[in-house]
Amino acid sequence: MNIVVCVKYVPDATADRKFEDDNTVDRVGVDGLLSELDEYAVEQALQIKDKQADDTEVTVLSVGPENATDAVRKALQMGADKGVHVVDDAIAGSDALATSLVLAEAIKKIPHDLVVCGMASTDGGMGVVPAMLSERLGVPGVTLGSEISVEGETVKIRRDGDASTDTIEGSLPLVLSVTDQSGEARYPSFKGIMAAKKKPVETWSLSDLGVDAGSVGAGAAWSVVESTDARPPRTAGEIVTDEDGSGAKALVDFLASKKFI
Amino acid sequence: MPASRVLPTEEAADLIGLVRDLVTKELAPRAAEAEATETFPRDVFRLLGRAGLLGLPYPEEYGGGAQPYEVYLQVLEEIGAAWSSVGVGVSVHALSCFGLATRGTEEQRQKFLPDMLGGDLLGAYCLSEPQAGSDPAAMSTRARRDGDDYVLDGAKAWTTHGGHADFYKVMARTSGEPGDRAGISCFLVPADAAGLTADAPEKKMGLTGSATATMRFDGVRVPAERRLGEEGEGLKIALAGLDSGRLGIAAVATGLAQGALDQAVAYAQERETFGRAIIDHQGLAFVLADMEAAVETARATYLAAARRKDQGLPFSTQASVAKLVATDNAMKVTTDAVQVLGGYGYTRDFPVERYMREAKVMQIFEGTNQIQRMVIGRALAKGAPATLHVTQQQETS
Ligand SMILES: Cc1cc2nc3c(=O)[nH]c(=O)nc-3n(C[C@H](O)[C@H](O)[C@H](O)COP(=O)(O)OP(=O)(O)OC[C@H]3O[C@@H](n4cnc5c(N)ncnc54)[C@H](O)[C@@H]3O)c2cc1C
Repeated sequence: MNIVVCVKYVPDATADRKFEDDNTVDRVGVDGLLSELDEYAVEQALQIKDKQADDTEVTVLSVGPENATDAVRKALQMGADKGVHVVDDAIAGSDALATSLVLAEAIKKIPHDLVVCGMASTDGGMGVVPAMLSERLGVPGVTLGSEISVEGETVKIRRDGDASTDTIEGSLPLVLSVTDQSGEARYPSFKGIMAAKKKPVETWSLSDLGVDAGSVGAGAAWSVVESTDARPPRTAGEIVTDEDGSGAKALVDFLASKKFI
Repeated sequence: MPASRVLPTEEAADLIGLVRDLVTKELAPRAAEAEATETFPRDVFRLLGRAGLLGLPYPEEYGGGAQPYEVYLQVLEEIGAAWSSVGVGVSVHALSCFGLATRGTEEQRQKFLPDMLGGDLLGAYCLSEPQAGSDPAAMSTRARRDGDDYVLDGAKAWTTHGGHADFYKVMARTSGEPGDRAGISCFLVPADAAGLTADAPEKKMGLTGSATATMRFDGVRVPAERRLGEEGEGLKIALAGLDSGRLGIAAVATGLAQGALDQAVAYAQERETFGRAIIDHQGLAFVLADMEAAVETARATYLAAARRKDQGLPFSTQASVAKLVATDNAMKVTTDAVQVLGGYGYTRDFPVERYMREAKVMQIFEGTNQIQRMVIGRALAKGAPATLHVTQQQETS
């Protein structure tokens, strides 16, 4: 079986995150890494590979700036077999529609039975790319799986909702997205780190994919971020001192003002 | 804050990245609780083993990571900065494999080493005895030849991982009387050997997450194929291993000191007296500056020794210097960290008093710091040649 895992290189959530002048996320001047939510996708792909015990191959695919190779490399260190990195200046500022276009065109060039994605990116957080991909590839989309099993040509997932738990099935080829409940991602091993150095990583540009530069990037985006404001720093807590028996009322007023009661 | 490092290869930088990830997510959150409850974290060693961190300085062909000491020791330092009991444990495991890796026959290495380095097993070494610490030649544990076996009788004190290890590297007397240096041999004893038992662990001042126990040998039968080196070479093998082990302790102590310094700096930036953060009082900033100088000195000293070892140069004196400097500095830095935190530093609500207790043992084991000075003094008396060595480029794959 051939599995493609889509991974995104995102700014480190624990570091200082900034925006560019045009309100797109600064992806160059900050420390980045393989999106934690995509680590779950890599993990599921590797678990499927482990269970298949045949010549299943896992290819990681990332669309992103130069340093996005770090995300590809991390996935290879975890155990994926091959990497593809699509990098092109024209892609900067792309919205989810354009990103899914580039991903879909890249996936078409890679042998694939199963495409695995995380549930959302940790920076954009839209969570729509997997559905767009299944549409663009014309295959079923089986999304937000918290438990995944593959038997023959059938992929079965459990999707946990607020009111019910659904079991959903689809047949290959298909696009699968997995949640952060699907199982902790493995750490790379030192052997994995060494082995990753010898694994092939291809770098493709838009022209390699036959994608017109005008159909991606900030210029082609259907949505734009108008403005961003940093969240105000946390203010010190309020201390209620009760000297005359008014404490209870002050507490209730506070909770009511925050709509807790 | 993680230390800034100079590393020889990209794979080494990736390795440090992996270690930091593991340390922050899996080790640091558990250290305080395990130390307080004196719980040996066997599963943490399995986790490190699966990541390939229990065989780093040994050849790839036996399942090791083929890393130079310069890199391996910095990994130990990173682990020690978060949890020194685990750092010491990784170093002791490496030491328990040292005799086989360096003095075993090819047949013995093929047979035993891959499992020992594979990550699932944990090793220990038994040199000290109740009456033989600084002077190991005073040991009295016997190994008597009986056909194709040796039969071991006696007690080995202070065994790190005692009762938890899967194998023990044991020094025992095959001839001579206590005090005789030439009558000692080295054996690799599996934990399930009949007649081998562990006493209850010692009640220690610190490093309480690391189990330390006396191992009792009561007619323990060990096949002769598990003797490392010739009869009588045991002490030499043990002491050669200790040169490397001392570097391990130097690295862990440096990490411990770095951890204490980080706590102290973070606290000094928050805590205010006389209307300003205490780090802005020069008198306190100078305490922190001396701590930083001590940590940097320790790191530079163990790395200088490691690079000599990696170049195949004699490094025994430098290893003693590194162990002495790094552990004395760790004692001073952790003591000062308590001072920086004031009364809070003296409570168990903050980790620095624990760091101080942990630093103390580093001055004692793997040769007390008096013994390190003795080694250094002897080298001075002998007069070491002033060599000039040109660095050989390491092979990078
Ligand atoms: C937590 C812990 C873990 C340990 N783990 C291990 C282990 O895994 N395996 C193992 O084999 N051992 C282990 N040890 C033992 C350790 O190596 C010894 O405790 C150490 O070598 C000192 O020996 P001793 O305790 O018998 O002290 P002694 O040798 O009795 O020394 C007592 C004091 O006299 C000083 N002294 C001794 N001789 C001289 C001299 N010639 N000149 C000046 N001063 C001298 C010493 O520095 C010390 O201050 C461990 C010890 C501890 C505390």
